[in-house]
Amino acid sequence: MARLLIDKEACTGCEACLNECPYGALEMKDDVAIVNEKCTFCGACVDVCPVEAIVLEKEEKEVEGLDISEYKDVWVFIEHKGGKISNVSFELLGEGRKLADALGCKLSAMLLGDGVEECTQEVISYGADTIYLTENPILKEYRTDSYTAGAVNLIRKYKPEIVIFGATTQGRDFAGTVATTLYTGLTADCTGLDIDPDTKLLRQTRPAFGGNIMATILCPRHRPQMATVRPKVFPMPEKDDSRKGEIIREDLPISEDKVRTRILEFIQVAETVNLMDAEIIVSGGRGVGGPENFVVIRELANVLGGAVGASRAAVDAGWIPYEHQVGQTGRTVRPKIYIACGISGSIQHQAGMKTSDIIIAINKDPEAPIFKIATYGIVADLFQAVPMMTQEFKKRLAR
Amino acid sequence: MKIAVCIKQVPDTTDVKIDPETRTLVREGVESITNPFDEYAVEEALLTKEKYGGEVHVITMGPPQAIEVLKNALAVGADYVYLISDKAFAGSDTWATAYTLAEAIKKIGGVDLVVCGKQAIDGDTAQVGPGVATQLGIPQVTYVSKVREIDVGDKRIVAERMLEDGKEIVESPFPALITVVKDINEPRLPSLLGIKKAAKAEIPTWTVEDFPVDQAKCGLEGSPTEVIKVFTPEPRGGGEVLEGELTETIPLLIDKLMEAKVIK
Repeated sequence: MARLLIDKEACTGCEACLNECPYGALEMKDDVAIVNEKCTFCGACVDVCPVEAIVLEKEEKEVEGLDISEYKDVWVFIEHKGGKISNVSFELLGEGRKLADALGCKLSAMLLGDGVEECTQEVISYGADTIYLTENPILKEYRTDSYTAGAVNLIRKYKPEIVIFGATTQGRDFAGTVATTLYTGLTADCTGLDIDPDTKLLRQTRPAFGGNIMATILCPRHRPQMATVRPKVFPMPEKDDSRKGEIIREDLPISEDKVRTRILEFIQVAETVNLMDAEIIVSGGRGVGGPENFVVIRELANVLGGAVGASRAAVDAGWIPYEHQVGQTGRTVRPKIYIACGISGSIQHQAGMKTSDIIIAINKDPEAPIFKIATYGIVADLFQAVPMMTQEFKKRLAR
Repeated sequence: MKIAVCIKQVPDTTDVKIDPETRTLVREGVESITNPFDEYAVEEALLTKEKYGGEVHVITMGPPQAIEVLKNALAVGADYVYLISDKAFAGSDTWATAYTLAEAIKKIGGVDLVVCGKQAIDGDTAQVGPGVATQLGIPQVTYVSKVREIDVGDKRIVAERMLEDGKEIVESPFPALITVVKDINEPRLPSLLGIKKAAKAEIPTWTVEDFPVDQAKCGLEGSPTEVIKVFTPEPRGGGEVLEGELTETIPLLIDKLMEAKVIK
């Protein structure tokens, strides 16, 4: 069992560790720090103690029957819908290339589907050296059972060192299942990936507590090291159509009767651009005042070819469906430009949008927290400012 | 129907603030709450029970004070609650958490439907739901925004999943695990009677002695991942408010946006 030990003699009572602990697990007793049961052994306090009075004690056991040295290469899972590959997969090929170069190994892609061979050149053009391909009519649509069976089969046979997935609804459903089946680590929603120059381990950095803290995570003793990354965290790599690659085919080790779920129907959402893919999002909040007023937000979004978002206040008021909600209990987005109209910018809203490249805030209240994180803010009534923006963009873009 | 719900106690991020001097989390006055998505999970379990009959079992894994979220679940109408708490479970990552919860669900026995929130607001991983389903060897339907029908006799569920670009309607046999999004229902408030009942309730705590877990798969040591560094991100810069009449500030703003070369 792991233990956090605090040397009472060495502790000076400086309380540096109390401030550092993200879980409130340290407190003062008789002028020295003590640890309570909230401790998760994250080790944040160990590094901050100026007198090295805190030690995290744990057993480092090798995993039985696992030879880490057998695991080679970086793999990217290629997510697609009917053969149309998601941009996040290309972004991951770009980042995967860097990891593979740092390790001096190959970059491979894992492609599962039905009749997807025509996608292979595109995957190679974006950087894959090898594609591990499993094709079967059962894989026409993503389902947890069939895709997991295909992926686990490939991973067990070819033993990649690292596998990365897009942190989409599919990627999260899928990667969580694959990692559990393989008994290996999975780090969700990484915003940074790099290779430790000494240990050659994958350093996975991700936000937690609504983006208020960041954690760097390793998977030292299990393989493969697995991570998911949100769309738009990494840039699209250059495409090189002259690249050549190898294709390795494997059969799917599962039949239709073993796939437990059935997809009965898919209903496309009405809005043409979805929030996760949108480069520009125009969002409305409480200040919009009613469902009919969202037309102002929509018009600006349309001119810009962007998607419509909303704050929780607007969704809870019933002005716009939940699919549009950005924030902690809605979607987390990362567009190039996020335009917040009549949104005060609560911590919960910020958790869903504060990593956007450029944030524009339009709000009547100069004290609204959104202005603290906005790249540019305008203190104004959105019903004046937003239509003016729409007109001005129309003029400049000749629309 | 026997329904199990996995819930988590999390710090209320509304209260989480960063000390501008030390750039660390200010813990003082931060309340612990039930993870908001888990309230929808509990509500969905209660609605399912009310419609199809059965019982609702709610479990949480955490330190002793996590008992509070179980009291909340009792107050709104859960039939049975269990606290999974042992020093051996501390430091669990998503793999070890899912393993431990799955073993607890096996111990409850005969569960037809497991309901989880889609993710917890502190870790935001959305990995524990799929992990529990996989550990139990049962199918999962994630991001459920509506349960369309449950056929108790035929033992199957039809649910709507909220994806990025639309809704997928999925059918799964029992036993199954679903993870739910906020849109699925409106959680009820506890009744006065419920609160009184919950306050008096004896809540069972399961330690490693009480259910058959492999301790090598629990806690920090059973966790494949390891946190090596926790730090506060660089505060987001900006905060430039454009002053002046809208006839000046709007064109200026648009100049700045056009420079970003995103708008085509």
